[in-house]
Amino acid sequence: MDWTHDTLVAVSKSWGLFYLIGLSIAVLIYALWPSNRARFDDAKTSILTEDDTPEQP
Amino acid sequence: MIAQLSVAERQLALVVLGLLALAGLAMTVAGAVNGDLIAVHGLIVLVFAAVLMFVVGQGYYAPEPSPARLAQYYDDPTKVGIVLAMIWAVIGMFVGVWVAALLAWPELTFVDQAWASFGRIRPVHTSGVIFGFGGNALIATSYHVVQRTSRARLPGQFSPWFVLLGFNLFCILAASGYLMGITQNKEYAEPEWYADIWLTIVWVAYFVLFLRTLQRRKEPHIYVANWYYIAFIVVVAVLHIVNNLALPASMGEYKSYSLFSGVQDAMVQWWYGHNAVAFFLTAGFLGMMYYYLPKRAERPIFSYRLSIISFWGITFLYMWAGSHHLHYTALPQWVQTLGMTFSVVLLVPSWASAGNALATLNGAWTKVRDDATLRFMMVAAVFYGLSTFEGSFMAIRAVNSLSHYTDWTVGHVHAGALGWVAMITFGSFYALVPWMWKQSRMYSPKLVEVHFWLALIGTVIYVFAMWNSGILQGLMWRTYGESGGLAYSFMQSVEAMHPYYIARMIGGLCFLLGAIVGFYNIIMTIRMSRQGTQPDARDVPTARADQVLVAGE
Repeated sequence: MDWTHDTLVAVSKSWGLFYLIGLSIAVLIYALWPSNRARFDDAKTSILTEDDTPEQP
Repeated sequence: MIAQLSVAERQLALVVLGLLALAGLAMTVAGAVNGDLIAVHGLIVLVFAAVLMFVVGQGYYAPEPSPARLAQYYDDPTKVGIVLAMIWAVIGMFVGVWVAALLAWPELTFVDQAWASFGRIRPVHTSGVIFGFGGNALIATSYHVVQRTSRARLPGQFSPWFVLLGFNLFCILAASGYLMGITQNKEYAEPEWYADIWLTIVWVAYFVLFLRTLQRRKEPHIYVANWYYIAFIVVVAVLHIVNNLALPASMGEYKSYSLFSGVQDAMVQWWYGHNAVAFFLTAGFLGMMYYYLPKRAERPIFSYRLSIISFWGITFLYMWAGSHHLHYTALPQWVQTLGMTFSVVLLVPSWASAGNALATLNGAWTKVRDDATLRFMMVAAVFYGLSTFEGSFMAIRAVNSLSHYTDWTVGHVHAGALGWVAMITFGSFYALVPWMWKQSRMYSPKLVEVHFWLALIGTVIYVFAMWNSGILQGLMWRTYGESGGLAYSFMQSVEAMHPYYIARMIGGLCFLLGAIVGFYNIIMTIRMSRQGTQPDARDVPTARADQVLVAGE
């Protein structure tokens, strides 16, 4: 296929839209997925409780 | 500090510095043969490498560091990074005040030399504050945040130094090059090809170091601040490489030619330029905000989910916004419209972040009132919200027809740079410095307060001056007389700017004074820790009665 300016315009104007809509949906699903709530809550509070040495393996 | 490096790391450091010195020597010789200014940069590289070799050599025969160090975080590079950032802040902001004064009083070059002309010292200001101050602050805080949130030590002791000092070598080459007239004339990407290659190497090392630390993490989930830091590192690498694709005239000359030409070059440059704002000046500093603001307020972030959604929003929308810098140019109309649309949509994730920060503080307003450090962060979030709104607004083509090429753009950039980037950095530093040097507080909380008010007043004066002058300028340029000719000559618009240029310089001067006060306060806090006063009991894990310092020790 010849990769011309018109091809680029066509791709941007059609698939670009669906790609970004798809991405938004994926992000919303990931952020709002119920089973992710526990790890998000844990991450959000855990930075406040840390002490000042790394965890030993 | 060399004693903290293992013997193998000291050897590695000497080998790397030896190679760097060789590269510097080659540049010097090639430049001397061609009679090219690259020879000066070669000498700078050579001296830089030689000084560091001397430093490593001084500590080379120190005993192998104790394995007990592995049970601690590695904070030496963070400490040095904070001090370097403040040195660059004072230099960069001083030059900024100087160039601002030059616009009001053009005779203030002091010396009748090319290096002191506006065109050469302005990029010293922009690169000095963005890369010197901002870059060092980002590297220093990212080392701190990634270790704490991963509960893991940095994987080695050499690469953090390589990244930090290598980045500073890049900054030195950039600033010294501008003074000599070495530039590829691309906004925020002025350094020439050899400096660009060096930064690419440093940046890849940074990326690898960051990922290796995350790989060692003891937390199941990667805290959101790290995502922002990763986006900053990855995207800046991509932007830097693509925008600097160029062919040097020869290996012994500084001059190079871009692979792109005409409107493509302009598009690549502003795709780079706007994303430098997005990923250098926004994503990394949002990482700072998402860690230091909740820590300082001692409250978890208002909504963790919102922070994830806004992260992906910012990452994927900013990529397409750059073309709003090229409204009414030869760039195809649809590309301009695309950039404009994405810029407007960007308001959503930007305000989500700003709102998330302010909502985190909701319920802790008494702390914000009493604590200037937290107030720095609060004001930063407010300015972040304001300047992203302004940016989306100015990207609209019709608004841009008034604002483009005027001081309004300069005002907008400084609302972001002073109000958001510098404020969040100072706030984070005032939180971080006492932690790093094991003190219960900064040397003088009063001086933090003084710095806060100087910074805020300076920013407000600056931004208001530039709004006035920018809109006045834009209106004067587009006012037509009855016969259809322009009502004002260009020189009349320049004369009308004069009072605003003076006001802007005063605003910038306040901001500079604040930064100097902050630097003094940080230095005195470090001295306080050296003298062993005020040991902080909280941070001593195995405090025993017989180890307590006596006064004067």
